Amino acid sequence: MRATFVTSEVGAGLRRNLTMTFAVIITVAVSLALFGVSLLVRAQVTTMQDFWYDKVEVSIFLCSRSSDAASCASGAVTDAQRDQIRADLESLRPLVEEVYYESKTEAYERFQEQFANSPIVENVTEEALPESFRVKLSDPTQYDVVASAFAGRPGIEQVNDQRQILDQFFRLLNGLQAIALLIAIVMLVVTVLLIVNTMRVAAFSRRRETGIMRLVGASNFYIQLPFLLEAAVAAALGAGLAILGLVAVKVFVIDGVLVPSFQFTAFVGWDAVLAIAPILLLVGVALASLAAFLTLRKYLRV
Amino acid sequence: MILFDDVTKTYASQNRPALDGVSLEIEKGEFVFLVGPSGSGKSTFLRLVLREERPNSGQVWVLGKDLNRLSNWKIPTLRRQIGTVFQDFRLLPNKSVFENVAFALEVIGKPRSHIRKVVPEVLEVVGLQDKMERRPDELSGGEQQRVAIARAFVNRPLLLIADEPTGNLDPTTSVGIMKLLDRINRLGTTVIMSTHDAQIVDQMRRRVIELETGHLVRDQTRGVYGFAR
Repeated sequence: MRATFVTSEVGAGLRRNLTMTFAVIITVAVSLALFGVSLLVRAQVTTMQDFWYDKVEVSIFLCSRSSDAASCASGAVTDAQRDQIRADLESLRPLVEEVYYESKTEAYERFQEQFANSPIVENVTEEALPESFRVKLSDPTQYDVVASAFAGRPGIEQVNDQRQILDQFFRLLNGLQAIALLIAIVMLVVTVLLIVNTMRVAAFSRRRETGIMRLVGASNFYIQLPFLLEAAVAAALGAGLAILGLVAVKVFVIDGVLVPSFQFTAFVGWDAVLAIAPILLLVGVALASLAAFLTLRKYLRV
Repeated sequence: MILFDDVTKTYASQNRPALDGVSLEIEKGEFVFLVGPSGSGKSTFLRLVLREERPNSGQVWVLGKDLNRLSNWKIPTLRRQIGTVFQDFRLLPNKSVFENVAFALEVIGKPRSHIRKVVPEVLEVVGLQDKMERRPDELSGGEQQRVAIARAFVNRPLLLIADEPTGNLDPTTSVGIMKLLDRINRLGTTVIMSTHDAQIVDQMRRRVIELETGHLVRDQTRGVYGFAR
């Protein structure tokens, strides 16, 4: 194997077909960038889920005098009911990790804190706020177990799962991710078609050389290698651009805009970008090489 | 060296076989003319030897190998032992004479030092040692064919296949090419040459194999072109 011969052939091939090479690089870059963004959104959803699921609780609001739910028909929760609920929650361990009782006074204090600068505080009395159990689950997805055990019981006004509110948001993000992934897949298919066509043109424009190579007994591998490397190099350049695009998204969109604007939540870090970059490179090069290989098998037969 | 045993080849697009029940043997060191009108099966014969085609029936043995049982990845090894020359030269226009010949060695992975040594040697055999840096379009037809022969011969093949090598050349130039092929044959390489050129065949007085519509109609040692008709 003569490395200089192969590299000079690859260079010549890429230059000879400059417009096609650019087309391949750009489609690879765009499709892989989209693919990378979809992976980044997925990583973001995971990050946020880790961040929030750790903090979400199931809130069991107890009846107060003013409650009008059916289970509160007999008026405010009694001490016996409250103790029974606490005991039942304790019996659900280890699913129930922590139980914290919030009295009306505590609820009012927290309310005052949260809305410190709002005139709403003056209109709300301690009596208007419900007492509650704040329950932390070891597995937040098992919310139904708690909900079915407590919802509708006398003395309980409502069982709230904060996770459900979050899940709506995550569904939205997952939907966006699915759309990005779908477009990325369509783009990758287009890229493969373009590479197939590029290889066909390249094989045709060099049929004189490859014909002679066949006749003098060059191996298939030797004949196809420059073409394969051309496709791989173009794909690697495209993947490089896609990775740069991903870095730009991280720097300018996530760190530049999202993080300062939404300080209450966590965003993906550089580790996610670092994990996605090699995937893009691998997918790009593997896909291009495979497309080229299958095309050449057809057009450069012995 | 070459053995055809009842070989029939029919192309998918045609009804009549291009080669029909041909059996013959060519010994090492022979010089063989393959004659016959266009469409008689000469090119098919040569393509079968090069394993560019497979026969529909019958056996083809080349250089001790049964080509029916030769796996695809071994074809390059077979072709490295066979030199090929065509009517249209098939040179690379953007490479010099030296580079055209060197190309045949580069693509089978020969080291550069070997290439620098043997390419000038073979160019001297064909008489082009002074034109190594020329491009094909700066050469006459005869010279271009010499480059093609040099390329076919540079790897010292056991067998040289020439498909109408003088078809594009004038008679005087053709004589020069024939002398060159004769010389290569005397160096020990078996030569099979298809041709339409009666004069050349009559002058050389070598073995003549004549094909007509795919049938072997004549196989004559020291033959002439038009004997059968």
